Amino acid sequence: MLSIFHRITGVALAVGTVLLVWWLVAAASSAAYFAYVQGFMGSWMGIILLIGWAFSLYYHLCNGLRHLFWNAGIGLELGPARRSGILVFHAAVGLTALSVAIAFAG
Amino acid sequence: MSYKTPLGQVRGLGSAKGGTRHWWTQRLTAVALVPLMVWFVVSILMMMGADRVVIVGWLDNPLVAGLMLVLILATFHHAQLGLQVVIEDYVHSDIWKIGLIVFVKFAALLLGGIAVISVLKLAFGS
Repeated sequence: MLSIFHRITGVALAVGTVLLVWWLVAAASSAAYFAYVQGFMGSWMGIILLIGWAFSLYYHLCNGLRHLFWNAGIGLELGPARRSGILVFHAAVGLTALSVAIAFAG
Repeated sequence: MSYKTPLGQVRGLGSAKGGTRHWWTQRLTAVALVPLMVWFVVSILMMMGADRVVIVGWLDNPLVAGLMLVLILATFHHAQLGLQVVIEDYVHSDIWKIGLIVFVKFAALLLGGIAVISVLKLAFGS
């Protein structure tokens, strides 16, 4: 279930590294430029991209763990595999929601 | 001269002559990225909306800078390996396939390089 989602989120994360690099370059540049990038990250466009990045990361990370367990021969049966797939999706949604809550509270 | 049988020479290398190295490196970087990404995301969430001074102070710590460097290397290596597999699976024209893989590898090198320099610049204080 949703194995293609692992690849889609992986590609999204790879594209998202551009944001990470941009942020690091800004930090290494000047206070003014860093403020500009922070401003973009706080805009609607930036918030949507960051939430998408966070969800992709959490999904890919949790599902990646699932793959690593499979590689170790654990949880390969149909029942456990289906249950862990659902668990991974719920975990990704939950962690994204938690992150958004922390980001807006802080 | 190798005393291996023809089958023995072939086994473990496969058609790409790379054996299991690609697959294994992808898992290795994945395992490294689990704690690194958790650490990174928690750190970022705690500094949400902070001034540049806070970020600069954070990266001034050698432990943080070191972890960031490993995170950058593992991220781009993992991304590049993963994208290669995706391209190999879905792009069937040889020109496009090779072109895209080369682009992905160069882009990963360039972005990773810029990220490393940025972290080093901050780590050595400027």
